[in-house]
Amino acid sequence: MSCIKKYSLFLAGMLIISVIGCKPKNLGTAVSGDAAAKSFVAPGKFDEYYNFVSGGFSGQMSVYGLPSGRLLKVVPIFSVNPENGYGYSEETKPMLNTSHGFVPWDDQHHLDLSQTDGAIDGRWIFANANNTPRVARVDLTTFHTAEILELPNSAGNHSSPFITENTEYVVAGTRFSVPPDDKNGDVPINTYKQNFKGTISFISVDKTNGNMDIAFQLQCPAVNFDLSHAGKGVSSGWFFFSCYNTEQANTLLEVNASKRDKDFIMAVNWKQAAELIKAGKGRKQSVKYASNRYDEATHSATSTIKTEVTVMDVKDFPGLVYFIPCPKSPHGCDVNPTGEYIVGSGKLAALIPVFSFAKIQQAIADKAFEGEYEGIPVIKYDAALYGEVKKPGLGPLHTEFDDKGNAYTTMFVSSEVVKWNLKELKVLDRVPTYYSPGHLMIPGGDSKKPTGKYLVAYNKITKDRYLPTGPELAQSAQLFDISGDKMQLILDYPTIGEPHYAQAVEASVIRDKSVKFFKIESNNHPYASKGEGATKVVREGNKIHVYMTAIRSHLTPDNIEGIRLGDEVYFHVTNIEQDWDVPHGFAIKGATTGELLIMPGETATLKWIPDAVGIFPFYCTDFCSALHQEMSGYARVSAPNSLQPLSFSTGSNMPASDSIPAK
Amino acid sequence: MKKLIVCSIILAAGIILSCNNSDYASKDENKAIKTETAKEEAAPSYDPNRGEGKFKTVDVGNTLNTTMAGAGEKVYSVKCSGCHKLTDEKLVGPGWSGVTRRHKPEWIMNFITNTDAMLDKDPKAQAQLELCLVRMPNQNLADEDARGLLEFMRKNDGIR
Repeated sequence: MSCIKKYSLFLAGMLIISVIGCKPKNLGTAVSGDAAAKSFVAPGKFDEYYNFVSGGFSGQMSVYGLPSGRLLKVVPIFSVNPENGYGYSEETKPMLNTSHGFVPWDDQHHLDLSQTDGAIDGRWIFANANNTPRVARVDLTTFHTAEILELPNSAGNHSSPFITENTEYVVAGTRFSVPPDDKNGDVPINTYKQNFKGTISFISVDKTNGNMDIAFQLQCPAVNFDLSHAGKGVSSGWFFFSCYNTEQANTLLEVNASKRDKDFIMAVNWKQAAELIKAGKGRKQSVKYASNRYDEATHSATSTIKTEVTVMDVKDFPGLVYFIPCPKSPHGCDVNPTGEYIVGSGKLAALIPVFSFAKIQQAIADKAFEGEYEGIPVIKYDAALYGEVKKPGLGPLHTEFDDKGNAYTTMFVSSEVVKWNLKELKVLDRVPTYYSPGHLMIPGGDSKKPTGKYLVAYNKITKDRYLPTGPELAQSAQLFDISGDKMQLILDYPTIGEPHYAQAVEASVIRDKSVKFFKIESNNHPYASKGEGATKVVREGNKIHVYMTAIRSHLTPDNIEGIRLGDEVYFHVTNIEQDWDVPHGFAIKGATTGELLIMPGETATLKWIPDAVGIFPFYCTDFCSALHQEMSGYARVSAPNSLQPLSFSTGSNMPASDSIPAK
Repeated sequence: MKKLIVCSIILAAGIILSCNNSDYASKDENKAIKTETAKEEAAPSYDPNRGEGKFKTVDVGNTLNTTMAGAGEKVYSVKCSGCHKLTDEKLVGPGWSGVTRRHKPEWIMNFITNTDAMLDKDPKAQAQLELCLVRMPNQNLADEDARGLLEFMRKNDGIR
């Protein structure tokens, strides 16, 4: 046996060499023989890691298993999801409310798992909305979006939702500087330098229930804030943001924001900012933003419009903020596990600068500044620099870390992942990706406790990698084994939307906390029907409330008469099952919304405005038992002036056999 | 040269695959053997009067505990009434009339708290499934809920 294995390994090795030898340009065919075994998770077995992947322009978050690449779930966050009624049901509509009204879509870029002492604790995952600036919190016991908070004074919420090492704060830095919300924004666009500001929000997170609030905002010079990461360990209490467009261009940024040799990493002493706020500093600014929270007891969300935020102008508080020059439009801004090194990735630079937190502190103490930028001290580049990784590749974007002192950086332009040593700043290995990777992810790779087994690169371009599907192709993820000296590609699979940042954690951190169903006794929904005896149909003016239950395999009531054209009908459906994996669905003909998927013990509401007189069937959409096809009913809609009384029943509306119903 | 490469790819792939296959096959076989022996061991000890679950004996006495029966009726209305009538009429599941005369108290308690396991194993439960064709859902009853339901079933069967 072992002899055969050795022989086959030898042969496989030979093969790789000969294949590479023949076709050096097409390394995609050179996946080594054990790749399938390394990513194979046998049917019925679980993956090692939960992998949370941003959905980009889908607005949602996908959940994959690693190393299999199995798609486990898509969690709707910022976009409506007719598949389960998110954003359509009366209970979830408030989640997508904003100061602009109901927004059914957004662009979801980055995710960050909550941490305790710099290690992933698996309680929540935070997600940003780029377009209409918001931050969401997803509860990892239910995989429901629990909260969405809008951000005033912001536009293009890109450097978000990165967290501090005990989840004290989630940050949100604006990518597009704009005039503050309480100023007259009707100004010429080319007055950017005078009238525009860049705002960083610090969002507090309640330790027990996770509730988010804007603790304070920092008003900063108008630049584009791109990405960020918190300090940790030795740099605890600081936050680092990459900035581009320090040219302050307002048009053709491609050229005009690429002029300066160096832009900035902005270092923020957030502990000091929190103390200043505690001491009553900052000014109260009148704004308007939505705070939307979902309550698992009522299975309902509420949206509250808030009207005030505390803002500190950073130039008024010396010592709060410093700029560090960073070559050529830095994108990624990543802090190593000890917190000592801050890696800036100048996307147009041919090197990777690594800054030292100790040197930054020394430079501040020595006032080693090269000048000021809009009233903020700019530290001398060499005074903050630990060193540069020379010739790493083209277009460095993002860096993550393993548990052995190595860093891994994606190269967008040269389509590769480059592994380098943090201490010596030497490139150790490089491996091609297909093609143009944006973010990359190592489980725990931005925490104090990274792992060293897998790395996933998220690619923007996939042409010629999969069967073609017309002009629009999926983006992709590529999984690498990084446990050895050489990175090894072991799996390649398409993703939903456009994946940007991702997170992953050992399955055990989340698996056992997963909610299986909601206890019917704890259901506090005002329209819940706890048992079939509690079902009814009630008219309130032109509103009809149907209190309905679903259990395998009937809906109660399933015959409803006396609805009149002009009525608004609310189907409040309670799933009274109390077992795992028995959702019921609800849909009615002609509804111009979506369907409902109702989990065991949950109540959800579909609003239906009938548009014609007649009979409208409704049914369960989620195959629930051998008698699922029987799980249906009828609603009768009469003319507006009809005298047909309101009635409802299940199992008792049958005429006597062979008789003609009396009118 | 090219042919040789293709040949060795097939050869190598074949060997690797067969190695892996046999690995998994042997694991699966082990598993299959294990479950079978488990079944064999379980079969003779299965008590069709008691069923399978945490309740060994349930002493109900001769009279009704009205408090427990009242609590049971509340649970019935939320979790059971959707499928079970109190008469002998079958709805989704069988009507409850006479259920306490057909089954031992411990069988009922085990069946309503350990539903899936009993549906897989118990001859009477399986015969009922063939009639109803809907597996009774596990309604996740607490022990006292189950006991209350049993008392409510007894009340329904005329115990005073």
